[in-house]
Amino acid sequence: MDVLVILEESQGSLHRLSREAIAGAQKLGSSVAALAIGENADTLASELSSYDLEEVFTAKHELLSSYSADGYFETVIQLIRAESPALVVAGHTYQTRDFMPRVSAKLDIPFIPDIVSLSDEGFVKQVLNAKLNASLSSASDQIILSFQSAAFNDEEIRGGSCSARAFDVELDSSQVRSVSEEPFQEATGDVDLESAEVLVSVGRGIEKEENVPIAFELAKAIGAEVCASRPVVDSGWIDSFRQVGSSGHNVAPKLYFSLGVSGAIQHVVGMKGSKNILAINKDADAPIFELADYAVVGNVLEIIPKLIEALNNK
Amino acid sequence: MKIAVLVKQVPGPESALPINDHGTWVDEESVTFVMNPPDNFALEEALLIKEGKGDGEVVVVSMGPDRVQKVIREGLAKGADRGIHIEEVGPIEKDPLHIAKRFTAVLKDENFDLVLTGLQSDDTGMGQTGVLIGEMLGISTATLAVETDIKDGHIRLKRELESGWFQWVEFPLPASISIQSGLNTPRYPSLKGIMGAKKKEIKTVSCTELDISSNCQSVDKVFVPQTSKHSEVIDGEVDAAVERIVEILKSEIKVI
Ligand SMILES: Cc1cc2nc3c(=O)[nH]c(=O)nc-3n(C[C@H](O)[C@H](O)[C@H](O)COP(=O)(O)OP(=O)(O)OC[C@H]3O[C@@H](n4cnc5c(N)ncnc54)[C@H](O)[C@@H]3O)c2cc1C
Ligand SMILES: Nc1ncnc2c1ncn2[C@@H]1O[C@H](COP(=O)(O)O)[C@@H](O)[C@H]1O
Repeated sequence: MDVLVILEESQGSLHRLSREAIAGAQKLGSSVAALAIGENADTLASELSSYDLEEVFTAKHELLSSYSADGYFETVIQLIRAESPALVVAGHTYQTRDFMPRVSAKLDIPFIPDIVSLSDEGFVKQVLNAKLNASLSSASDQIILSFQSAAFNDEEIRGGSCSARAFDVELDSSQVRSVSEEPFQEATGDVDLESAEVLVSVGRGIEKEENVPIAFELAKAIGAEVCASRPVVDSGWIDSFRQVGSSGHNVAPKLYFSLGVSGAIQHVVGMKGSKNILAINKDADAPIFELADYAVVGNVLEIIPKLIEALNNK
Repeated sequence: MKIAVLVKQVPGPESALPINDHGTWVDEESVTFVMNPPDNFALEEALLIKEGKGDGEVVVVSMGPDRVQKVIREGLAKGADRGIHIEEVGPIEKDPLHIAKRFTAVLKDENFDLVLTGLQSDDTGMGQTGVLIGEMLGISTATLAVETDIKDGHIRLKRELESGWFQWVEFPLPASISIQSGLNTPRYPSLKGIMGAKKKEIKTVSCTELDISSNCQSVDKVFVPQTSKHSEVIDGEVDAAVERIVEILKSEIKVI
C-alpha cells in the first residue's frame, strides 16, 4: 500500500469527503487502502466493496464506540507504524482537523491541509482568505494530506473490488482522556433556508449592524429570506440559524443574492449549488465573483437603497 | 489558572496583497497587519476565564518579526499580564511543525494549565498549530471550542461539529484548545489599559537559540486564482447598475 485513506462516518454512512478523498488517493498512488474506525466500521467497509482498493482495515474497540481525538489518533498512528504508507489522506473535515495534527506531531510527518487541487508544482491550497492560492510541497518520505470539499469528484472513483480486514488496535482507558456527550443541534428558528427560492445573503461588507435592515428590506421587495456569513453572525448582527456555510446551512436557491460576501471556501461550500448567483462586492477581485453569474462591482450601501426604491416604485 | 494565548499578526481584511518578486509570498512592505481574528476571541476567552476565577495569569505569545510586538501590546492593553515574543528574522516560518516546535520549546517550562489558540490563521490557514503544540507538550487537545467551563482540574467544552451540530466533551487539564470565532465579544482596550500595557513585560526569545531539524513542508509559490466562470460584470454607475439588476431579477432569473 502506498496511500492510506482515513475514512469518516457521517450519520451511519461514509462521509462525502471520505469518498472524494478516495478519488484523490487513486489519482496519487497505485495501491490505495482505507481505514474505517469505530462501531460502524464494517458498514463503512461494505460501502467500499465495489471500489478499486487494496483493502479496507476495520478498527473496532469498546473505546472507539464514539469519536474521540485520543482514540482515533492512537488507532491511526498504530496503523501507520504497521503499514508505513507514503501518503495518509482524508477529507478536510472538522474531525480531521481535530485529531490529524496529533498524528503529524507524534510521528513527525508534515500535514499539508485543506488542499483544493493538485498542480505540477505541488498541492494547492487557498491562503490569505482565499484571495491567493499557494502551492505547497514536502520532501518528506511520508506526508499527510487533507482535501477540501470538491477537490476531487467522487464520481471518478475507479471501480473494482475491495475486501475488509480487521485491524487489532491496542487501546487502554488511560489513553482516552476525554468523555464525549451526544451531539445535538441548537434551536433552529422558524426560517427554512434550505427550501427558500430566493436568498439575500449578508456579508461583512454590510459594514455595520445599523445597515442590516436594508438587507431585510431588499429581501421583502423580492420575496427572499435573509441569510448571512459567519462573521456577521459572530458579531450578533443576524441570528445564527441564518448562517450559510460549512458550519451553517447548505442552500441551493434559484437566486443567491449576496451583499458584501467575500466568497471564502467555508461560505462557498454552503451555497455553490445555487442556480443563479448575483454578487455585489466593492472589490473586483473578490473570490465570490469566480462563482457569480452576475458580478456587480460596487458599494452595497449605495446600490441597495436605490435598488429597493426602484423595486418599490414598480 | 495560568493561560497562554497564541496571537498571530496577519494581513488585515482590507490590506493590499501584492505578491513578492520571487512569487513566494506577499510583499510584507505593503501589508497592513491586524491580530488574527479568531485569536482575538481566544484572548477574550482567556481573560474571561481569569476574571471568572479571580486569579491567575494570561500570557500573550506571538512569533514573528518585530512588528508582532504590536499585537502583543494590544493583548496587554486588553488585560493580559505579560508577553513573550518569539523573534524571527528573515522570511516568516510557514511550516506548522517548525512553528509548533518553537512554541513548544518556549512554553514547556512554563507549565501552563491552558494553551489557547485560534482555530486557524487567516494568512496560511493551516488550522493545526494548537493541536500540534498540545501533542508535543503531551497534554489534552481539542478544537473548535464555542464555550468553555473550567472545573477542578478539568475542562468541559462545547465543540462545534459540522452543519450546525455541537457536542460537549470533558477532559483533564492541562490542555491546548483552539477557539472558534463568535463565542464571546472581544473587548476593546481601555485608555487605562493602554497606559498600563507600557509597563508590562514582553520577553523576547530568539529563534536561533532553538535548534530544530525536522521534516517540513514549504509554501513554494503564491498566485492569483484563475477564474473559470464567465460572469457578466456590472461595474458602471450606480443608477445603471440598479437598472440592470432590476432587469435581471425580472426578465432573466424571473423572481419578481
Ligand atoms: C472551520 C471554519 C468554519 C467556518 N464556517 C463558516 C460558515 O459556515 N459560514 C461562513 O460564512 N463562514 C465560515 N467561516 C469563515 C470564513 O472563512 C470567512 O471568514 C467568512 O465567510 C467571511 O465572511 P464575509 O465574506 O462576510 O467577510 P469578509 O471576508 O470580511 O468579506 C467582506 C467582503 O465585503 C466586501 N465589502 C466591504 N465593504 C463593502 C461595501 N460597502 N460594499 C460592497 N462590498 C463590500 C469586501 O471587499 C469583502 O470581499 C468558517 C471558517 C472556518 C475556519
Ligand atoms: N506565528 C504565530 N504567532 C502566534 N500564534 C500563532 C502563530 N502561528 C500560529 N499561531 C496560533 O495558532 C493558531 C492556528 O494557526 P494555523 O495552524 O497557522 O492555522 C492561530 O490562530 C494562532 O493562535
